[in-house]
Amino acid sequence: MLAEALFFSAVLFAIGVVGVLTRRNAIIVFMCVELMLNAVNLTFVAFAQSYGAAGQVFVFFVMTVAAAEAAVGLAIIIALFRHRQTVDLQNINLLKG
Amino acid sequence: MVVQDMPHGTLPLLYTFHFYLFGIIAIVSALLFVTRKSPVAAALWLVNTMFSLAALYVMLDAQFIGVIQVLVYAGAIMVVFLFVIMLLNLGQGVVGDARGLGWKLIAGAVGVALLAQIFALTRSRTPVNLTLPAGYTAQQVERTGAITPIAGPLFNEYLLAFEVTSVLLLAAIVGAVVLGKQRGEGDAG
Repeated sequence: MLAEALFFSAVLFAIGVVGVLTRRNAIIVFMCVELMLNAVNLTFVAFAQSYGAAGQVFVFFVMTVAAAEAAVGLAIIIALFRHRQTVDLQNINLLKG
Repeated sequence: MVVQDMPHGTLPLLYTFHFYLFGIIAIVSALLFVTRKSPVAAALWLVNTMFSLAALYVMLDAQFIGVIQVLVYAGAIMVVFLFVIMLLNLGQGVVGDARGLGWKLIAGAVGVALLAQIFALTRSRTPVNLTLPAGYTAQQVERTGAITPIAGPLFNEYLLAFEVTSVLLLAAIVGAVVLGKQRGEGDAG
């Protein structure tokens, strides 16, 4: 099942990348990043089946980082919304000068 | 799963069928997720993807990770996302937020290139002395339970990483509180 799992994982990752590049809603872009992390987790679990369970430990760490990222990222989105009344990434161009 | 009395490499048809079923559900849900206009619908399709991924984890001998996937990803992280959507009132007055044609072409090209790269990688062979005997993880789970194969490395080889993770979580909590705080009186920043 390794090849099939890697196939599903590759497709999910590509969908996540396409989502990040084509959507403007900051929250949906953020969820696409979560989808990419999930795709990588599937690769880790698939390889852990034949290379030892240490791969599953890495899935654990990835999930922790994802949780921390969600907390901080959503706080940033809320702060941005308070400031600009929008989450559309096209209107958030403070660094453009 | 442990394959008994079977020649190496063959799996029961039911197992294969369910593996493909959940994989296809995950991909279709992910496609629906990136194409929905409403953030709430998108979030719920992503929850669906995560549930199917949990099923795939269980079928790949990672039962504990499957449970954690449902609890932490589908249960906690996605609820936080839905909560923020509700807090910012983004569910109503849905307008399309897709970028223009140029961005879509770029995204399509990047997606195809990524897929091609990953397929090229799956064709390469890994050294035989790295691989464990077939069904090793399944037998380990059978012998010691689903948690011991993860707990062993986590608290031995990766103990330092585990401790650093706790610092990371603390930093994330402090960061979220600082960012979420209302700028008010008596606030120098």
